[in-house]
Amino acid sequence: MSPLQRASGWIFAGPALVVLSVFFFLPVLAAFALSLTDFDIYALADISNLRFVGLDNYAELIGRPIFWKALGNTVYFVGAGVPLSIAVSLFAALLLHSRASFLKPLFRTALFAPVVTTVVAVAVIWRYLLHTRYGILNAALESVGLPAVDWLGDPNVSMPAIILFAVWKNFGYNMIIILAGLQAIPDDLYEAARIDGANRVQQFIHVTLPSLAPILFLVGVITTAGYFQLFAEPYVMTEGGPVQSTLSILYFMYEEGFKWWSLGSASAVAFLLFVIMLGVTAVQYAVMRRRGGLA
Amino acid sequence: MTLRALAPLAMILALAGCGPRDDRTVVEFWAMGSEGLAVGPLIEAFEAENPDLRVRLQQIPYRVAHEKLLTAFAGNATPDVAQLGNTWIPEMSALGALHPLDGRVAASGVIDPSDYFEGIWQASLSGGALKGVPWYVDTRLMFYRADLVEAAGFDGPPADWAEWRAMMEALTEGGHARYGALLPLNEFEPYVALALQQDAPILRDGGRYGNFSHPEHVALMDFYLGLFRDGLAVRATNTQIANLYQEFDRGFYAFYVTGPWNLGEFARRIPADRQDIWATAALPGPAGPGASSAGGSSLVVFERSENKDAAFRFIEFLSRPEIQLEFYDLVGDLPVRRSAWEDARLDEPRAAAFRDQLDRLEPSPDVPEWERIATEIRLVIERAVHEGWTAAQTAAELDARADAMLEKRRWMLDRDAAELTEAAP
Repeated sequence: MSPLQRASGWIFAGPALVVLSVFFFLPVLAAFALSLTDFDIYALADISNLRFVGLDNYAELIGRPIFWKALGNTVYFVGAGVPLSIAVSLFAALLLHSRASFLKPLFRTALFAPVVTTVVAVAVIWRYLLHTRYGILNAALESVGLPAVDWLGDPNVSMPAIILFAVWKNFGYNMIIILAGLQAIPDDLYEAARIDGANRVQQFIHVTLPSLAPILFLVGVITTAGYFQLFAEPYVMTEGGPVQSTLSILYFMYEEGFKWWSLGSASAVAFLLFVIMLGVTAVQYAVMRRRGGLA
Repeated sequence: MTLRALAPLAMILALAGCGPRDDRTVVEFWAMGSEGLAVGPLIEAFEAENPDLRVRLQQIPYRVAHEKLLTAFAGNATPDVAQLGNTWIPEMSALGALHPLDGRVAASGVIDPSDYFEGIWQASLSGGALKGVPWYVDTRLMFYRADLVEAAGFDGPPADWAEWRAMMEALTEGGHARYGALLPLNEFEPYVALALQQDAPILRDGGRYGNFSHPEHVALMDFYLGLFRDGLAVRATNTQIANLYQEFDRGFYAFYVTGPWNLGEFARRIPADRQDIWATAALPGPAGPGASSAGGSSLVVFERSENKDAAFRFIEFLSRPEIQLEFYDLVGDLPVRRSAWEDARLDEPRAAAFRDQLDRLEPSPDVPEWERIATEIRLVIERAVHEGWTAAQTAAELDARADAMLEKRRWMLDRDAAELTEAAP
């Protein structure tokens, strides 16, 4: 590479690098530095009250049951929510893609609608749907003879209720991506499969799924990253309760940082979350690469 | 889904330059929740009386008020004057955000400390200095089913804890009520009110350590958890009970420890022909009448305000006994001045219980960490109730959590003490 080429490379990459440095790398470094201190309201009042505590924030977090509770809740949410969300998206996409379905544009819009609505606004509606006494969900349960469920008040079902809400709210986005993937599968593959005598289920397993694999992987990574950042749903529906059963890791960070102003500890939470997400994504990539699905 | 997605679209409408010139000094005033919604007419009256001043009110929902105040301090955007919950005074005071008012109050012809209930005045002090002027008082006492208590064979509200428990047992065993009491698990106030009755402070050694394992506090915890364990108190948050007033009317529970805003709610929501079923009473103590929490809000002036004189004039206006009564009419908040309580409007048996309680108020511990410790109290008790912990076990857990939160405070106090000794000749 000639010096001129090298220089022009830097010139083209320069603006993006500057923006990345100022708005990403610098804040990340600053946040990491903050996580090594005990920044709190005392330090806010007078910076001489700030102590460098090394990795104490991390050690303390690891020793706090509430952190593990929040992490456990988040893993529960991701573990149950992501597969369910993708399954629903795939199912909806298959329905929309099917030759037998009608009024496709209408359904496509209707199913996508929850994605573009405001979380807070629909959460209010969902609180009515989930209401113990007057909610339509409990009315449906009772009409078939099942007992009413205290959706947002019972610690055992509050997270499933949040998952239900989040899946409903988000599946449309993945559905559109998967639908695009379905439409890109060449018809001659199905034709060849039919000639070989494959039935509908075999076609789905041996043609549709492998062709969709890269798309499903992408959707999986994006959804996992998004679901790890669970915040708005518990914030507006349950405030992390009951008995902290819907306290997510991000909600915990928000409370540490903005409610109590323990920015040192909150930064440590943010970093741990970052590391966890990095790890999970790396595992996803490794699995995908081994399967040979990634080009 | 993400924090970022919640970030509101900041929209600033620049209207500068429109309308006639306004030379009045602007006093920025932050008020929370229902007080913020109701205070409007008083501001108009103040402006009519003071043509040189204009009050710009910002209404802040309670839920975000704490975050908003801290963020405003960090961002150098505090108002001139604000309504501040009494439990937040130590915190804002530790930040150095509040302007001490001792001198101004001493020179004031309107604010007379001896006319204020003692406990509530104490609650506005932090580190020995006056950091606010009490605006209204919010304390906890009991609303109870007078008819059921009578049917169970008692002639009045309980005098002490033992009688209180005996009443709950009689009420539930006699089938008069499903439960004895509603002590909502999502509130720390009922427990803290009872804890403030003890001679032993909630935090010991000048707020350095939790004092929950003190025998008096363990005895309280045992009494409190015992009510849940023995099915005398409803194991629920008050948001889990769909209609508190209907359930009270139906005899689902007979005692409800709550605050003055419910005077209006009970009057409105219990059917008119059944209004005689409910009464109020001061909290019973371990032996005889007990204290309760000196809650409510004070009016504070911020250190960074450039209009402190104007801000204090506004506080003086809101502190006049007749304005306090007007405020009581507007929102139902109880006045903090004895002279206001002499008015006929408050001469009513159900309000009288509050008047009785106001003579026995205790401020919460004067440490910035208090709000956080109180939140832990709620969480730990909720846990203890659900998992059947013993009183000693619960107290140990509370002490551990409180001690961890107070670590920084201990370090600072020790450092400052060391500096003082060094500086001494």
